[in-house]
Amino acid sequence: MPDLAKMHDAEKRLQPGKEYIGVARIDGPLIFIEKTHPVGYRELVECVDDQGALRLGMVLDTSDEAVVVQVFEGTQGLTLPGTRLRFRGKPLELGVSAKMLGRVFNGLGEPIDGGPAPFAEAELNVNGKPINPTARAYPKDFIQTGISAIDGMNTLIRGQKLPIFSGNGLPHNELAAQIARQAKIRGGKSEFAVVFAAMGVKHDVSQFFIKSFEETGTLENVALFLSLADDPSIERLITPRTALTLAEHLAFEHNMHVLVILTDMSNYCESLREISTIRGEIPSRKGYPGYLYSDLAELYERSGMIKGFTGSITQLPILTMPNDDISHPIPDLTGYITEGQIVFEREMHSRGIYPPVAGLPSLSRLMKDGIGGGMTRDDHPHLASQLFAAYSYVKDVRNLASVIGEEELTPLDHQYLEFGEFFERSFVTQKSDEDRTIEQTLDMGWDCLRKLPREELHRMSEEELDARFEG
Amino acid sequence: MKERIIGQIKRINGPVIIAGGVTDAMMLELVRVGETRIVGEIIKLESGRAVIQVYEDTTGLTPGENIYGSGMPLSVELGPGLIGTIYDGIQRPLEEILKISNQFIERGIDLPALNRDKKWRFTPAALKPGTPVEGGMVIGAVVETERVTHRVMVPPNVSGTLVSLAGEGDYTIEEKIAEVETGGAKQPLAMLQRWPIRVQRPARRRLIPEVPLITGQRVIDTLFPLAKGGTVAIPGGFGTGKTMTQHAIAKWCDAEIIVYIGCGERGNEMTDVLVEFPKLIDPRTGRSLMERTILIANTSNMPVSAREASIYTGVTLAEYFRDQGYHVAVMADSTSRWAEALRELSGRMEEMPAEEGFPAYLPTRVAEFYERAGNMETLAGLNGSVSIIGAVSPPGGDFSEPVTQHTKRFVRCFWGLDRQLANARHYPAISWLESYSEYLLDVTPWWEQRVGPSWAADRTEIMDLLQREVRLNQVVKLVGPDALPDSQRFILEVCTMFKNAFLQQNAFDDVDRFSNVEKQMKMLAIILTYWRRGREAIRRGLTLVKLKRMKALADVVKMKFTVPNDQLDRFDKLQARLERALDQVESLYA
Ligand SMILES: Nc1ncnc2c1ncn2[C@@H]1O[C@H](COP(=O)(O)OP(=O)(O)OP(=O)(O)O)[C@@H](O)[C@H]1O
Ligand SMILES: [Mg+2]
Repeated sequence: MPDLAKMHDAEKRLQPGKEYIGVARIDGPLIFIEKTHPVGYRELVECVDDQGALRLGMVLDTSDEAVVVQVFEGTQGLTLPGTRLRFRGKPLELGVSAKMLGRVFNGLGEPIDGGPAPFAEAELNVNGKPINPTARAYPKDFIQTGISAIDGMNTLIRGQKLPIFSGNGLPHNELAAQIARQAKIRGGKSEFAVVFAAMGVKHDVSQFFIKSFEETGTLENVALFLSLADDPSIERLITPRTALTLAEHLAFEHNMHVLVILTDMSNYCESLREISTIRGEIPSRKGYPGYLYSDLAELYERSGMIKGFTGSITQLPILTMPNDDISHPIPDLTGYITEGQIVFEREMHSRGIYPPVAGLPSLSRLMKDGIGGGMTRDDHPHLASQLFAAYSYVKDVRNLASVIGEEELTPLDHQYLEFGEFFERSFVTQKSDEDRTIEQTLDMGWDCLRKLPREELHRMSEEELDARFEG
Repeated sequence: MKERIIGQIKRINGPVIIAGGVTDAMMLELVRVGETRIVGEIIKLESGRAVIQVYEDTTGLTPGENIYGSGMPLSVELGPGLIGTIYDGIQRPLEEILKISNQFIERGIDLPALNRDKKWRFTPAALKPGTPVEGGMVIGAVVETERVTHRVMVPPNVSGTLVSLAGEGDYTIEEKIAEVETGGAKQPLAMLQRWPIRVQRPARRRLIPEVPLITGQRVIDTLFPLAKGGTVAIPGGFGTGKTMTQHAIAKWCDAEIIVYIGCGERGNEMTDVLVEFPKLIDPRTGRSLMERTILIANTSNMPVSAREASIYTGVTLAEYFRDQGYHVAVMADSTSRWAEALRELSGRMEEMPAEEGFPAYLPTRVAEFYERAGNMETLAGLNGSVSIIGAVSPPGGDFSEPVTQHTKRFVRCFWGLDRQLANARHYPAISWLESYSEYLLDVTPWWEQRVGPSWAADRTEIMDLLQREVRLNQVVKLVGPDALPDSQRFILEVCTMFKNAFLQQNAFDDVDRFSNVEKQMKMLAIILTYWRRGREAIRRGLTLVKLKRMKALADVVKMKFTVPNDQLDRFDKLQARLERALDQVESLYA
């Protein structure tokens, strides 16, 4: 018996160069081929069309009878007899290097800015590996974004994964670019980098980001992976993986603080659904595969801090909620994985409020350990909690007013309405180039609270009220 | 049994492998796949074929590779050294793995769950050779941590006569500490034992759960109590507070052992426990909380089949400590991720799906899991229990989906989390309208004897007010609050106070995060005093506006933060102050 195993091993080493001409079936981005040598699961595949052009793919299913290959660049123009396949005997890898900053790549990590491929410091499997939970360091360093709705109410922490739940036509790109420009750790200077992955977005979106990085002179700290709307949709499945592979290299080999922007995760999920449907898998909700949660987790969990390393990966995924529906599987499963979410509200946007960050459904889960005395300011935890409580009451009063009319409201409720309006117009609203310090943000929070009677502020301590309320 | 080749890979589809050429293999047998020796388990046997669920990433495996059978079912190792350890879903020690590799988890790592070299101080029980022994009998003890004495037992399936028992001394878990003669053969016993994770460990009989598991969370203990040995589900959409609630219970509940299973959730949440628990001091024993805790971490990005196994691994460890006579609380966060793992594996095996793609056997599996909870008389005649607290993550926060619905059939307590409450930052966001506890009657005698004779009556009174509030709010929504008479507006007022001052509990506040039962009872009494006497005063003509002016009320609202568990007399003073204030306003209208 052991001899057989040895023979099998030798066979495995020999075969990878072998080329197969002709395939059994092509369906969407999938190729089916029969009677191959033993091919490895998730192995990298080179696919050559009649014209001799090379495309890359990956093995999705393998057996001693047939192999299913997913082609990242799409199957357009391939023929059954003319398609040649070569199995590479290893998974898809990305050659990574710090020199990739300042450059532009396609979703597979090939340069598309006309320059040569940077000399690789390492070849890494793009699928990554799960981080040992005992290796993680708990993230707690406050990132000042200069945006009050975030810093004050939904604080971003270094190493956090905090998505933006947006909708079509809402200013999520503006906000993401503003965060990328303004984000800083107070009192600390450290190497930072931005890794930007675009999946199925239009050219003008990627241009918008490039321009924004240019204007601030940070482009040389940015690596862009673009798989745009007119690129094959299947390439989007690899794009965030290549981007995160570089991010991990920068964070844990070069000790950089990496901000990863992934946009638009909804397009990514749609590509996943496409593949799943073609393979005839049993769908769960809205046609999305049952493993959408695990698949997204494989991406989102590639963030955080590691003990003994100074670098970090902070993720800012952007997704557009189909029909602004937060219970749609894409935002829903994302929310179940990420550490909070910044939710946009269309109604605030139409009232001209930028950023239109919805007060109640937005949440930063890591905020608790990163704010307060010594990190932001001692009154911050209670202040944020009080603003949430008051604003949530405002929402109730507005609902009530819409039924019974404003005149019927009690004087206290009127005060709350005034607070709500002031909060949205002065605290939440700011310019897309306005960079507020955390002190400014918190002081503005107090300005809002002063619209309310002191007795209403149950969540503040007497000392805090004495010190700051009468100010 | 020695390792043997049982077949070859025919097909690989994610974590599911089809093996061919299979002649001698066992259902649920632990196997190693390919030359990287990836761990798997046989989950289906057909003529010549086996379906194998693989616990690690299958990238790179090829058809034709060998599959090695171990001759054993997938089992956990039991013995001293479990407490304070963090394992993955199939009990691989994550901290040991970190020592031999980098921050990522590599495949095919084969490390024992329990340390083989460490010597433990074993103290034998007073048993003479010749004594008849049976499964579950305690034959000695090891002080595992300052607060947990590990009782070494005869394995459940062994019985006979004691031939020898080691004297007090230091032993590794593999060294012989006893010998038992069973049906003519002599069987050596060591501290290390194994038990298959999918098989419930036996106990002598089930007892009625009558003692509440005190969690220190007011909305739970006072309104919807869980009993030791009971089962509860916590369903809620993302961010509504399932994990925070489970963490709070793991920290402050009065179980003796905690098994916390992170099943398909975030890596950072496990890190949070690892960083925080060792620093936190148990108010009951003065010892670090880590000294009673076992963690199972199979995070969302770790292999999905090991996620499926993780809850069985966790509950088997819990049963083992139950058999030693301990009260164990198991937290599973989240059982939905476990059910999804089941769904994914089922899909890959091309089984017929039932509701929403879940396999038809989902309800059976849910029931089997919760059946492993219980208040038991152990084989040794001790009392031990396993309580299971399962989080459920319904898609879109909609409780009508299959996992929530089936879970509801098999648990006796339900803490439904409410999105609106969570959005308003009312934490814990446990809905007082949707939640229930079927243990209420069972635990009432305990409360009334230990804490206060009016417990059930007080609870009923406040629950009744909360129900009335709902109806009144419907009226307010139509006509505004001004249309209500003061007597009814006062009900709204008291309910608001009860929610702010009692139900809301801040997990991050050093004083508020945990309330002992006396504090809970006294706080409720103060609020009910306000309600009962305020109602009278209003009936006699006092206006609500004047009643609300009482200065003592501000202190009532903040009492949860200002009065710690060990200064209960300050509640009595506050109660007296409130009564004096009420006397005063009443005297104006007498
Ligand atoms: N008792 C509490 N006290 C203070 N804050 C709380 C409490 N419960 C929940 N929160 C807040 O709500 C946030 C989300 O809670 P949690 O992580 O427990 O949600 P979850 O239900 O487990 O969500 P998911 O399903 O996505 O894991 C926390 O990060 C915290 O900010
Ligand atoms: Mg959770």
